Amino acid sequence: MPTDSRSERVEVRKTYKLYIGGAFPRSESGRTYEVSDSGGQFLANAALASRKDARDAVVAAHKAWPGWTARTAYNRGQVLYRVAEMLEGRSGQFAAEVMAAEGASRARADAQVSAAIDRWVWYAGWTDKLAQVHGSSNPVAGPYFDFSVPEPTGVVAAIAPRASSLLGLVSMVAPILAAGNTCVVLAAAGRPLPAITLAEVLATSDLPGGVVNLLTGQASEVAPWLASHLDVQGLDLTGVDDPTLAVALERAAAGNLKRVLLPEPEADWAADPGLTRMRAFLETKTVWHPVGI
Amino acid sequence: MAVFEYAPAPESRAIVAIASHYGLFIGGEFVEAEDGHPFKTVNPATEEVLAEVTAAGPRDVDRAVRAARAAQEKVWGPMPAQDRAKYLYRIARIVQERSRELAVLESLDNGKPIRESRDVDLPLAAAWFFHYAGWADKLPYAGLGPDPRPLGVAGQVIPWNFPLLMLAWKIAPALACGNTVVLKPAETTPLTALAFADICRQAGLPAGVVNIVTGAGETGAALVSHDGVDKVAFTGSTEVGRQIAQTLAGTRKRLTLELGGKAANIVFDDAPLDQAVEGIVNGIFFNQGHVCCAGSRLLVQESIHDEVLDRLKQRMTTLRVGDPLDKNTDIGAINSPAQLAKIAELSEAGQAEGAERWSAPCELPQQGYWFPPTLFTGVTQAHRIAREEIFGPVLSVLTFRTPAEAVDKANNTPYGLSAGVWTEKGSRILWTAERLRAGVVWANTFNKFDPASPFGGYKESGYGREGGRQGLEAYLAH
Amino acid sequence: MTGDALADVAASAASLRRFLHGLPGVDQVGAEERAARLATRSIKAAAKRFALDLATAMIDLTTLEGQDTPGKVRALCAKARRPDPSDPATPAVAAVCVYPDLVSTARQALAGSGVRVASVATAFPSGRAVRAVKIADVEYAVGQGADEVDMVIDRGAFLSGDYLAVHDEIVAVRQACGEAHLKVILETGELATYDNVRRASWLAMLAGADFIKTSTGKVQPAATLPVTLVMLEAVRDFRAATGRQVGVKPAGGIRSAKDALRYLVIVNETAGEDWLSPQWFRFGASSLLGDLLMQRQKLTTGHYAGHDYVTEG
Repeated sequence: MPTDSRSERVEVRKTYKLYIGGAFPRSESGRTYEVSDSGGQFLANAALASRKDARDAVVAAHKAWPGWTARTAYNRGQVLYRVAEMLEGRSGQFAAEVMAAEGASRARADAQVSAAIDRWVWYAGWTDKLAQVHGSSNPVAGPYFDFSVPEPTGVVAAIAPRASSLLGLVSMVAPILAAGNTCVVLAAAGRPLPAITLAEVLATSDLPGGVVNLLTGQASEVAPWLASHLDVQGLDLTGVDDPTLAVALERAAAGNLKRVLLPEPEADWAADPGLTRMRAFLETKTVWHPVGI
Repeated sequence: MAVFEYAPAPESRAIVAIASHYGLFIGGEFVEAEDGHPFKTVNPATEEVLAEVTAAGPRDVDRAVRAARAAQEKVWGPMPAQDRAKYLYRIARIVQERSRELAVLESLDNGKPIRESRDVDLPLAAAWFFHYAGWADKLPYAGLGPDPRPLGVAGQVIPWNFPLLMLAWKIAPALACGNTVVLKPAETTPLTALAFADICRQAGLPAGVVNIVTGAGETGAALVSHDGVDKVAFTGSTEVGRQIAQTLAGTRKRLTLELGGKAANIVFDDAPLDQAVEGIVNGIFFNQGHVCCAGSRLLVQESIHDEVLDRLKQRMTTLRVGDPLDKNTDIGAINSPAQLAKIAELSEAGQAEGAERWSAPCELPQQGYWFPPTLFTGVTQAHRIAREEIFGPVLSVLTFRTPAEAVDKANNTPYGLSAGVWTEKGSRILWTAERLRAGVVWANTFNKFDPASPFGGYKESGYGREGGRQGLEAYLAH
Repeated sequence: MTGDALADVAASAASLRRFLHGLPGVDQVGAEERAARLATRSIKAAAKRFALDLATAMIDLTTLEGQDTPGKVRALCAKARRPDPSDPATPAVAAVCVYPDLVSTARQALAGSGVRVASVATAFPSGRAVRAVKIADVEYAVGQGADEVDMVIDRGAFLSGDYLAVHDEIVAVRQACGEAHLKVILETGELATYDNVRRASWLAMLAGADFIKTSTGKVQPAATLPVTLVMLEAVRDFRAATGRQVGVKPAGGIRSAKDALRYLVIVNETAGEDWLSPQWFRFGASSLLGDLLMQRQKLTTGHYAGHDYVTEG
């Protein structure tokens, strides 16, 4: 972070760590890598996640899943809205980090942060409406009551886009949570700091530990382990910009027939997101019951 | 004396500040009436005067409607949907923050037990605002077309049984859809609506989006017939609802009505008995029976009638009637002397027509309006107490032999708001629910409400639904 | 209806099964909501003092550890007879509950106090042993001077539907108890459904239980408010059907005075005040006593108590 040129005060710098199971551990490998700003200046060291960190993150996401899905949709919506309240309070800090990471002007950074918060609020309001929009009672031709309900897929591994370090990240993570899933997110390697600050926001809201887990590091190293992991049910390849890697990950995901969202590293994050990202990680359960005395 | 007396456990009144006088909330501020007049609101448990409020006259109603129109055309209508959402989220959060204060105020003005205003009314009111806040910027997904438009100004008249909750049911969807509102709370319960006006101020809600005009029947009539109102929403008696429908004929104003009921609570011989007894008690004694969807007719399968009645009477002896602000009170005061008279009159009729009356033994306070939890056995569909809505803690007990007979008796009424079904057999629940002519069917439960769950009646219980995606329809043009 | 009317119920496996499965079902959501609503009762002032004292007098102060020694049991008994040395008006607890081989130590330590000695038996906590071993366990405990025996039912037999075996075992244990009172532990956490809890309650009462008890405390979940509610409904209905009153003991997981008072409210508003005495209702607990004493001290002094001011067992 740039020092305040108006004073001689030496800042207390933040250490950027991983976010797993509600705690902030360093990488088990002990490795870090340098993160620079858009001008090449040193910003911080970030943890360089290993396959074991990925493994631990999946364990945490898996453990958090029953508790997260057992909550009412209303409660999940309240939790997500609280996250937005925390984001709003920290908008200045996020703007500064986006400016540093992307070389954006203050105005553009503020606009991105505002859009990210508003997007989070939009998704928070979906939790208790999805069932009415995606569910149905089905008029089968027989004496049965037949209904279909959407249910979350499970643990989703997601690769965040580089292009929009906060808005893109939020646009990817919020729908996964709104649909009731838990996730392991790999931040964009070159621009991880807004993601870690987002993790700090999540840790201080009412989101249970393990619902979101954040790794920082190289997609080429970590993503294949997530893509092939049999305790991961969904794979969001949005931020993968290497086509060869993308194909390899898709192939690995086929091992347990993960639901896969294909890469879209240059997506227009300002556009209306629609329901696609939530639908990608929802299942449909149909139930039949006879009607009779 | 009982072995285990609980001792008084009063919730403190200190948390709420009631002004001695209230004006009308129009255009974002409290103003004095132009052609209205003052009246008093009273605590029905003690007959103490709580405050002087103002009945709005026709010119005041006109002012309010014009303020709502201006706000709708200039501010609320053009505002981006996500901003409307944020105001509604703010309101929801403030209602949550001030829940205890609002619950105490509601119990003081309405007479309902603090346990219910604290544990039911307030959480639901906040949840209603929260739920509809989330719909404001999602209207294209509501199944009502790609770009649904608001109607304009909504005139809303609500009853005294769940004052703040009914306010939430009306205002939240209306605002979410881009309308502005003029709302008239019931004459005996204005205070939480007036507190809500203060919440609008705290939320920074633009002036004129919400207007509160207190008053009685005349104020309500002036509001629903005002030319500047595009949409009328009314919750109250079927009699008044009918009058409103007649008044609005030919005006092309949109109308939704949520009216009275005489719900059948059907208990089959394989019901989970202890929970069914709870469901019967909850069905008719929750909120002193001042509930449009109350389970006021128990339809019990003849083969288990005696056993159910024994358990029910025993359960009723543990109901605690008394000070609404006591945290252990189960049944509070009747809302007004008028309502008390009606309950008494119908109870006399029940006895006169030959039904057998039984009340739980309880000591009623000297001051205030009170009625003991009561049931009538030997009731048939021919009795007045089986046909007319009593709107009090009085249960009419009838029997049936077969599922078809239960359904016939349940449907044999001009009302059609709700019904209950108690049986362990899933297919019978669904078969019965399919045949009941009622807008809400509760199976193995009763009196459950949720902002995601559409609520409303068939037949003379009204039309339109509140709650869920279906609840948006009343406030959008199509 | 008298006890005789139900005498034929256990005549055969088929008739016992028909009877138990013919009992009304329990709706889980409804039962839990009722328990939760009763938990909102607010007990103040004189009522609170009464309830704290009553709860204290209802405790079966328990130690059931592999590492129990005579010294540990003697310390527990001293606490049982005089829970609060700084306030002699504090009631003594109802009983001390130990393993059979520590019954005689407890008896000596409690002599002249009026506090009873309860012993677990029948291969507690699992109940997985042959009948002869279980009966020998009971006979030993009774022979050592136990006033009360807490047995466990054979959950394996129950869950596999062999109700008659469970019934007959309880009958045999009841006989082996002689003058001692029999509490039958259902281990509700393993029974899993409220329907099973209702059936097991009736089964135990038909077989002669003096008390029905929720849990061994060794399995989670142990006692809960809704489970206890269902059991209180069962004892109420059993007395209405047969004229015989049976007691109820929730055990395990009841740690705070607030919890204990909630149980008393449920007793009061379900089975009724006839059950509001140590003769008909007990708490199986150990750390609960400390919190009851602290709450008692707060009522006396007007400020919150501290852990240093309450004896550890």
